Amino acid sequence: MSKRTIIPFGPQHPVLPEPIHLDLVLEDEKVVQAIPRIGYVHRGLEKLVEKQEYANMVYVAERICGICSFIHAQTCSQAIEDLLPIEVPERALYLRTIWAEMSRTHSHLLWLGLMADAFGFEALFMHCWRLREKILDMVEDTAGGRVIFGSCKVGGVRVDIEDAKLKDIVIQYNDLEKEIKEITDVFVEDYSVKHRLVDVGVMSKEDAHVLGAVGPTMRGSGVAKDMRTLGYAAYKYLKFEPVVETAGDCYARTKVRIREVFQSIDLIRQAVAQIPGGPIAVKVTGNPTGSSFQCVEQARGDVAYYLKANGTKNLERFRVRTPTFANIPPLLKMLGGCELADVPVIVLSIDPCISCTER
Amino acid sequence: MAFLKLAGTVTKRMGMKSACYMYPVVAREFTKTTRGHVELDSADCIYCGLCQRKCPTKAIEVNRQEKNWTIQPLRCIVCSGCVDVCPKKCLRMENTYSSSVTSKF
Repeated sequence: MSKRTIIPFGPQHPVLPEPIHLDLVLEDEKVVQAIPRIGYVHRGLEKLVEKQEYANMVYVAERICGICSFIHAQTCSQAIEDLLPIEVPERALYLRTIWAEMSRTHSHLLWLGLMADAFGFEALFMHCWRLREKILDMVEDTAGGRVIFGSCKVGGVRVDIEDAKLKDIVIQYNDLEKEIKEITDVFVEDYSVKHRLVDVGVMSKEDAHVLGAVGPTMRGSGVAKDMRTLGYAAYKYLKFEPVVETAGDCYARTKVRIREVFQSIDLIRQAVAQIPGGPIAVKVTGNPTGSSFQCVEQARGDVAYYLKANGTKNLERFRVRTPTFANIPPLLKMLGGCELADVPVIVLSIDPCISCTER
Repeated sequence: MAFLKLAGTVTKRMGMKSACYMYPVVAREFTKTTRGHVELDSADCIYCGLCQRKCPTKAIEVNRQEKNWTIQPLRCIVCSGCVDVCPKKCLRMENTYSSSVTSKF
């Protein structure tokens, strides 16, 4: 047995500005074990339920993550609506779906850019982010904010999108789709990209299932599980199948995300074609009671919210399990046996969001 | 051949306008819906204090006796909750961001 060395990786590291620390146990250049440590950016947001009224917790939830912001607000609203209980107007459900899918497209383009940056393809990184910027502009035009949408509330949504603007979004996405295809083809076909991704960080279907992987990390290993199939918001009215790749390596996870971008664009098209008229919110009265558990598919995987209320204006318990937290055990599995030089690519392949994880 | 694909995109972009603009020489254009900062038309304000009660970050302070309305821009999360709740519609959301400051208050 060769001599073992421990290399500290993070919390300040060259992969991404997210403070995760890994102790990498190496034998020569091979990682034999990775020991994680998190807790650098814990903010204690869940404790705020004691001070903020339940309707204001949507603002807090939206600030858990800067990328999945809308989906956090949507999940929190859904859970509170379940506790009250109130029926959300159908138009609001469709609008939530459209914003959630816009959020997914920009998140995946951001990730593709970061991935390109991680394996050293700067030009590709720039082009991914150039396209993402156009989506952020659309978000600002419809919701009012670029990162924090601020358009979701308990009982519906806060702003409506006019039908003309909805059609304009579809036209813009049609143009964008061609440009995204041009860029994503490079990820799928380029020799040097494949060289860095194929057979790197392989996770089998069984491991993905047993270790509780979620989202594209799991679907890249061949498990067809997507929380959108539960039919929350307007997904019950839309046609789609979970995107699955079977190889289980970084290349498969990249392909899942690329295909999901196009799937999201298709879902936006379907939602715009079917969206009904009517009110966008209902009046919320009374205080919530009971407990609610909600699972919603974010760009990184499924987020789980558990809310408990006691009939007062403050909730009693607020617990969030974010997708990155679920994806850390699979990450450690992927890192075992890999080369040191591949660690950044593998860490990035789960699309880690540590600020989300620690809240 | 995928290398040529990106080369094609890069060449095409070289003949086009830059995707970035030269801020601050070229000012950023905000959309009509952009939530920038909150402004008050004090002539119409009845100092009811609803905005103060609605504000999730306690950024707004209203004094009915002295007819005084103040907002701390650094505390404000631009949620637009005060604008929605204002009974006289004298609060409005401007689409430009609040200007930079050198001190907190």
